[in-house]
Amino acid sequence: MPKIKMPRSSPSLDMTPMVDLAFLLVTFFMLTSKFRANEPVVVDPPSSTSQILLPENVMLITVDTAGRVFFDLSGKEVRRKMLEGMAQKYQIGFSEQQYQRFSVMGTFGMPVRELPAYINADEKKRAMIDKNSTGVPIDSLKNELADWILQGYGASERDLQAKGLEGKALKERRIRYAIKADGLTNYKKVKRVIDIFREREIFQFNLITNLKGGPADLPK
Amino acid sequence: MADVNTGDDGGGKKGKKKRPKKGSTRIDMTPMVDLAFLLLTFFILATTLSKPKTMEIVYPKDVKDPKENMELNFRLANTLILGEKDDQIFYYPGKFKLDTTKLEKVNLSKDGLRKLFLDKNKNVVDVITKLEDQYKNHQIADSTFKRLRSKAKGDDLAPFFIVKTLDKTKYKTVIDVIDELNISNVGKYAVVDISPAEKIALKREIKE
Repeated sequence: MPKIKMPRSSPSLDMTPMVDLAFLLVTFFMLTSKFRANEPVVVDPPSSTSQILLPENVMLITVDTAGRVFFDLSGKEVRRKMLEGMAQKYQIGFSEQQYQRFSVMGTFGMPVRELPAYINADEKKRAMIDKNSTGVPIDSLKNELADWILQGYGASERDLQAKGLEGKALKERRIRYAIKADGLTNYKKVKRVIDIFREREIFQFNLITNLKGGPADLPK
Repeated sequence: MADVNTGDDGGGKKGKKKRPKKGSTRIDMTPMVDLAFLLLTFFILATTLSKPKTMEIVYPKDVKDPKENMELNFRLANTLILGEKDDQIFYYPGKFKLDTTKLEKVNLSKDGLRKLFLDKNKNVVDVITKLEDQYKNHQIADSTFKRLRSKAKGDDLAPFFIVKTLDKTKYKTVIDVIDELNISNVGKYAVVDISPAEKIALKREIKE
C-alpha cells in the first residue's frame, strides 16, 4: 500500500492580518468614541422617538428619582471660570490644585460649601458623598442652582468671546441646556428646575431620552 | 612586491564574516496581538460610542399680565390632563366648564392618543404627508421641506394642545405624551399646571 504523506505545516500561523484588524478597530474606537463621563447617580431616562443628538457645549442638569439635582458643564476652561465666579459670590477660597481637579471632574451635586471637600476626595469617598448628598439646593431661599446657571452661562459666553466667534459659528457653539431625569421622577421636580431656568429667561431645552423605534428618518 | 589584494585568498573565511547567519524574517506577533486586543477591549468598555438622543422643547415665556393670555381660540384648544399613574390620561376639547365638560379617558396606545392627535390634526398631517412624498421623490429640497413643514405646523388654524400635569405626574408620562405629539406633527403645545376646577373634575372622574 502506498503511504500517504500529509504535508506537514507549521503550527504557527501568520498573524499579520489579525494584527491589522485589531489595530484598525483600536484606531476606530479611539477616534470615534468619547470617554464615558463619571456619573454620580444612575438615571434611566424615558424613551422617545426623537433623533436629535445632544449638542457639543451643554449644561446638563440631572434629576434623579428622589428629586436631587446634579449639575454638569462641558469644557475645561469654562468650568474653571464658572467656579471662579462661584468662589467670588460665595466667598470660598479654592486652591490652584482644586481648580484643576474641578475642571476635569464631571457631574456633581451638593451645596457649594461642601464642594471643596468633594473635590479633594478620592473616587471611593466621592461615591459615598454622592450617595448621601442632597443635591444642588433649589429652594427659593437658597437657590444655588440659579447661581450655577448664571455663572456657567457667563463663563461660557466669555469663553466664546475670547475665541472670537461670530454670527453662525457663535450661534452653533452657544451653550445649550439639557435636562436628564429619571422616568419615575415626579414631573413637579423637573418643572421646578425648568422654572429656575425660565426665571433666567431661558426657554429652550434638550430633554435627554433613550431612543426607541419610530417613523423613518426625515430631516429634523 | 606590491601585492594586490584580489580578495581571492581566504575567500571562504571572509564570506562567512560578511554574511551572518540569516535568521527568519518572521517575528512572533502573539504579544502584539495580545496588546492590540487589550487596547480594543479597554476602548470598548471605557467609552461611549453614541451621543445621547434628546428631545427639543420650548417652554412658554411667563406672562406677567394674565389678561394678555386669555385671547385663545377655544375652538382649536384641546386639553390633556395627566394623572398620577401612567394610564390616567384624560382629554377634553375646547373650554373647560365644571358642570358640562366630560373628561374622556385615553391611553398611550396606537388607537388612543395617536388616533386622537391625528384626527384633530388631520389638516396639518395631510399637508405634511404630501410634503414628505415630494421630499422622498426629490421634488423639493431639504431646506424647502423643513421650511414648509414648520409653516404647516405653525398654521393659524392648526389645533393646539395644552398638557396639564399634577404634582405627582411621572416625568415618563409627560415625555410619552410629548413624543406622541411630535409623532403626530402637532407643532403647538404647552405643558402647564392644572387649575383647581380641573382638579375637581379629575377627582370625580377617577372615583367613578
